[in-house]
Amino acid sequence: MKNVIEIEKLIVKYGNNIAIDDFTITVEEGIYLAILGPNGSGKSTLLKTILGLIQPTSGFIKIFGNSVDKVNPNLIGYVPQIKTLDKTFPALTIELVLSGLSKNWAFRSSKKDKMKALKILEQLDSIDIAHLHLSELSGGQLQKVYLARSLVRSPKILLLDEPATGVDFVCETNFNSILNDYAEQNTITILMVTHDWTSAYHHSTHILLMNNNLIYFGTKDNAFTDDNIKNTFSHLAHKHNVTFTLKEQ
Amino acid sequence: MIELLTSNFILYAYLAIILVGFSASYFGVFVVQRKLSFLGNGLAHAAFGGVALGILLDTQPIYVAIPFTILISLLITYFKEKSILSNDTLIGVFFSFAFALGIIFLSLKENYTTDAFSYLFGSILSINNTDIIILALMAGFSLFTFFKFWARWAYSTFDNELAVADRLPVRFDNYVLSLSLSLIIVISVKIIGIVLISSYLVLPAAIARLYSRTFFEMTILSIIIGMVSGLISIVLSVLIDLPTSAVIIVFQSLIFMTSLFIKKSQM
Repeated sequence: MKNVIEIEKLIVKYGNNIAIDDFTITVEEGIYLAILGPNGSGKSTLLKTILGLIQPTSGFIKIFGNSVDKVNPNLIGYVPQIKTLDKTFPALTIELVLSGLSKNWAFRSSKKDKMKALKILEQLDSIDIAHLHLSELSGGQLQKVYLARSLVRSPKILLLDEPATGVDFVCETNFNSILNDYAEQNTITILMVTHDWTSAYHHSTHILLMNNNLIYFGTKDNAFTDDNIKNTFSHLAHKHNVTFTLKEQ
Repeated sequence: MIELLTSNFILYAYLAIILVGFSASYFGVFVVQRKLSFLGNGLAHAAFGGVALGILLDTQPIYVAIPFTILISLLITYFKEKSILSNDTLIGVFFSFAFALGIIFLSLKENYTTDAFSYLFGSILSINNTDIIILALMAGFSLFTFFKFWARWAYSTFDNELAVADRLPVRFDNYVLSLSLSLIIVISVKIIGIVLISSYLVLPAAIARLYSRTFFEMTILSIIIGMVSGLISIVLSVLIDLPTSAVIIVFQSLIFMTSLFIKKSQM
């Protein structure tokens, strides 16, 4: 398996606050990694550092062997939290998807790009909302549009930051099936920050547990041991008695 | 009356309002969508300080006003990065400081007859050739940024993180936008006044926003509204003999309020 992302001794601090404390992991091609941890455990920071939105305090990240600032943005698809959408900005669904291709807000797009954007919307069962205003969309629809925007450039790596937040169970399940289908048909490495442990277990191949420090990184089968769960949800001062039971979906 | 409306000084005023309307209404869409209207207002007041210093030093006011306004805008950015205070507070402090300096500079100038009030509303009916050339250069510059920067500015206006993740030079682009805004404001303040330029940076774009489904539509509509409302207001102000700048602002505000009412009743 090819190494897609290599993270070496990564430390990210906000002032005196340590968000990521000495991470060393290697992500191999084709895995679906769910990143789990409590609020403030550094999950989104990890994703944003990989994206180049946050600079590491020390250590380094390599993507396909290149440093983050040298990597071709076409290789990476990013699905942000949908709550970050500025609903006052006048924009249509198709424009947001096209921005994934043009990497700007082009006032004119080629026919070829438009066809590509419509095709991906069709694949995600969202062709009927192509010309709706973004503020008219539901959370579930918006989530799929952001996914379409990231997939339209046929990325090799897909980074998702809590895509299920603010979306109901049916939409979430649908979204996860779409992701799984896409991953089966294309060579893609997926990293998803999520709060939903059950769905992470069912849909991912690998799990990363973190609480600012790295607790577990590996296949999902050995992830949810009592010790791992307790360490993930414990404060430094004391341990919580937490257990995790999986429900069949 | 027709003679008056086609006289030389009114023709200059038409031309000036088309050029200002184009530039300010174009940049206005970024001011509105990036929630920078207080910055626009603040820089307009700061520009007055620069113009007044230029008058005190007996040079072309614009030569002093441009670096002065850019300096104030850089100070606001610098202190925003270095202190815990919000942008809003810093703009409030620096614009009153620069404006007050402007009043002091003018009061120090001996034998200066124009009172500070004229800078509030400008003097669009007494524009000369040099003013038109400067305004034309400003409009040319605005047009240049439309082709060079609009798509990038629009992208980072929509979502700064997506633009950074796609490796756009967002920080550089933001500086270019701030400097362009300072430039447009400082050039316009000398000619059309502080209040008019502030309203031009907000009203046409705000009206356009109410009728637009895309950001491109909003940009084009804002430019058209900015130019047409200015032209109509000049004609109206001559017909009813009222101060032109004030008529422009009242006219644009009425269009905005009516549009709000129409759009609200359609919801």
